[in-house]
Amino acid sequence: MLQATRETESGVANGDRSSAGGDADDAPGDVAVIEGFTREELHALLAEMLVYRRFEEKAEESYAIGRIGGFCHLHIGQEGLAAGAIRPLREDDLVITAYRDHTQAIAKGITPRAAMAELYGRVDGCSGGRGGSMHLFDATVGFMGGHGIVGGQIPLGTGLGWAIRYRGDDQICVCFMGDAAVNQGAFLESLNMAAIWHLPVIYVVENNEYGMGTAFSRVSATEMEARSGAYGIPAHTVNGQDVLETYRFFADMAERVRGGAGPQFVNAETYRFRGHSMSDPVSGTYRSKEEVESHVQEQDPIKLLRDRLMAADLLTQAELEAMDGEVRAVCEDAAEFADASPLPDPSTLYDHVYAEINEHGRLFLDGRGPGGAARGGTPGGGPAGGPGAAAGGPGGSAHG
Amino acid sequence: MAELTYRDALNAAMCQEMDRDDSVFLMGEEVAEYDGAYKVSRGMLARYGDRRVVDSPISELGFAGLCVGAATAGLRPICEFMTFNFSFLALDQVINNAAKMFYMSNGQISVPIVFRGPTGAALQLSAQHSQACETYYVHAPGVKLVTPATPADAKGLLAAAIRDDDPVAVMEGELLYNVRGEVPDEEYVIPLGVADLKRSGGDVSIITHGKMVHVALQAATMLARDGIEADVLDLRSIRPLDVDAILETVARTNRAVYLEEGWPFAGVGAQIVALIQEEAFDDLDAPVMRVTQADVPMPYAKNLEQLAKPGARGVVEACRRVL
Repeated sequence: MLQATRETESGVANGDRSSAGGDADDAPGDVAVIEGFTREELHALLAEMLVYRRFEEKAEESYAIGRIGGFCHLHIGQEGLAAGAIRPLREDDLVITAYRDHTQAIAKGITPRAAMAELYGRVDGCSGGRGGSMHLFDATVGFMGGHGIVGGQIPLGTGLGWAIRYRGDDQICVCFMGDAAVNQGAFLESLNMAAIWHLPVIYVVENNEYGMGTAFSRVSATEMEARSGAYGIPAHTVNGQDVLETYRFFADMAERVRGGAGPQFVNAETYRFRGHSMSDPVSGTYRSKEEVESHVQEQDPIKLLRDRLMAADLLTQAELEAMDGEVRAVCEDAAEFADASPLPDPSTLYDHVYAEINEHGRLFLDGRGPGGAARGGTPGGGPAGGPGAAAGGPGGSAHG
Repeated sequence: MAELTYRDALNAAMCQEMDRDDSVFLMGEEVAEYDGAYKVSRGMLARYGDRRVVDSPISELGFAGLCVGAATAGLRPICEFMTFNFSFLALDQVINNAAKMFYMSNGQISVPIVFRGPTGAALQLSAQHSQACETYYVHAPGVKLVTPATPADAKGLLAAAIRDDDPVAVMEGELLYNVRGEVPDEEYVIPLGVADLKRSGGDVSIITHGKMVHVALQAATMLARDGIEADVLDLRSIRPLDVDAILETVARTNRAVYLEEGWPFAGVGAQIVALIQEEAFDDLDAPVMRVTQADVPMPYAKNLEQLAKPGARGVVEACRRVL
C-alpha cells in the first residue's frame, strides 16, 4: 500500500520506512490489522510523521539560534495531512503547495538533509539556497514548490493538471492551499477552468481554521464545503488529524482522478500547533491558549496513531522510543549536514535568472551581471566582481 | 517573399511553431471560435483543433497562471492577452511566478512561455485601454520583452520568443495589425537582442521601439526636408537589450532622442538614457532627450488624446533641441 521508501542520504533509514511494503510473504506484519493497514505500514506512517515533527522542531531550534533566517512557517500539528495525502501518490505525480511546505516536500521525496540545507540557505539545499523555507523545489520527485503568495500556486497547479491532460498522461496533481486562499480570485478562476477542462487535480485545503490571525469564519460568507459547488466540483471533508482516514481517502481519490473522475475539492480539517510563522506566538489575540492546548492534547495526529497502535498491542514503548531515536538522528544529521554545507558561491548570483542567455544583447542592466561589461567602466561592482564580471559570460545557461 | 499584414505575420509565426512542436499551444480570450479579438489567430482552431487553440474564460489571473504552470511542466504556451492592459490582473503570475521560478528553483524549473497581445494606445479608447505596458514587464529580471514594429519582425521575433526557454512578452501594436510588409515565406527567426537600424542618417539618433518606430520614421522624413538626417534605431528587443547598437549610433551622431509610447517616469527611455550617459558620456554633444506620452492618464476627447500621445512633431522638436 505504501510506496517504495526512500533512503536518507546518510543511509539511515527514516524510522521504519525501509521495511514498509517489503517481505510481504514471510513477515507476520503483512496481515492487515487496522483499517486495511499492516503493522509495518502503520509503523511506517508513524515514523514518517515523526520525521516531520522532529524536522520542524529542529528547524525551530535552528531558527532560534540564527541558522535560519527570513520567514519560516512550521507544519507542526498538520503532519497527518502531509503523510496521508502525499505518501499514497506515485513518484511522478505532482505536488504543489504554499509556503508552509517543509513536510510536504519531505513527504514527496526531498530528503531531510536537502530540505534543512535549503532552510539554512546553503548550496546543498534542494533549491541551492536561492529559495529558502518558502520555496523548496525538486522537480525530479514531482515537488513543484513552495510558493509565497497566498493562492498564487493554485493556477500553477491547475496548469500542471492541464499539461498532464494535454499530453494524455496518467499522472495527477495535488494542489495544496491554506484555508484563507479560497477567498482569492485565483482559487475561483482555477476551479472554474479545472471543471470546464476536466483536469486531473485534487485541490486540498489545509484547513487549520486561521489565515494568519484571522479565523476563516470571520471573513468567509459560506462554509468551506460550499466553495467548490458553484463549479460543480465534488467537495469532500476529511479529518486531517487521522492519518489513516486521510491516507485511505487519498489513496482512493488519487486513483479515481487518475481514472478520469475530474477535479476534486478536499476540505482537510487540521490545526496548527505553532504560530503562523516564527514571529507569531503560539496563542495570542486571535486564539486562546486553552483552544490550542486542547488541540495539542486531543488532536495530535502522531499521538492519535501512537495511542491506537499501543491500544491494539501493535507498538511497544520500547519500539516507539527506538523509532523516535532513529528519527531524531535523521533530523540531527540533517541539521549537521546543513550547517556543514557551504554558502552559495557569490559568482553564481546571476545564474538561473534566465534559462537561456541569448547570444545577442544584454539581459542584465546593472553593469555587473553577465554581459554587463560597461564601456569605460560603470560605478558599482560588488560580489559579482565589478564591471565586466561576465563570470563566464553566457555560462548562466544551465537549462537542459 | 509575400506581402502580409502584421496580423497575418503573427499568425504565420504561431503556425510555423505549432507545426514544428506539439508542445506549443495558444490560449486566451476569443482566440479560437472568434478567430481572435483582433483576428490574429484566424483559422487556427480549424487547423489545430481545440486541444491546442483554446478559448479561455475571462480570467486573466487564472489562465495566465494556468499557462505558467503548464510551462513549468514542459509545455510551451502562447498566452494571449486581448490587450496587455488586461494583463495587470495577471501580473502576480507574470512577476511572482513566471519570472522567478527558474531562479527560486535553482535552475530546475524553466518557464518557456510567451505572453502576447497589443500594448499602447489605439484611437479614443481612453484611459484604461490605452497604456504602454512595457515597463511593468521589463522591470523584473527573469522576463524578456520584444516589440515588433513590422510584419517581418513580427513573424521572426514571435517565432524566436516561442522557442526561447524563458518567459517572453511579445508586445504588439493594435494600430499595426493592418500594416503590410514583405515577409519571407520560409521558416526563420529573428534572434532576441538584435536591434535594427531602420533608417541611417548620421546627424541625430532617434532610438525607439514598437509602434513608435513608424512615428520616428515620419519625424526623420520631416527633418530631412531641412537637411537633417536622422538614424532611426528600432530596438526590437528591450530585454535583452542591444547595447552595442545603441552605443554605435550614439558614437556616430553624438546626439540622441528616445521616443516611446509610455509614460516618462521609470520608463524604457529612462533606462536607455541612463545607459547612454553611463557608457557613452564622452560621445555626447548634448543631453539625451525623451519624447513620451504626456504624464497623464489617456484622455478620451480627440484633441486631448492627440495632445497626450507622442507624435512626430514632438520628435522633430526634441531633435532640434539636441542639434
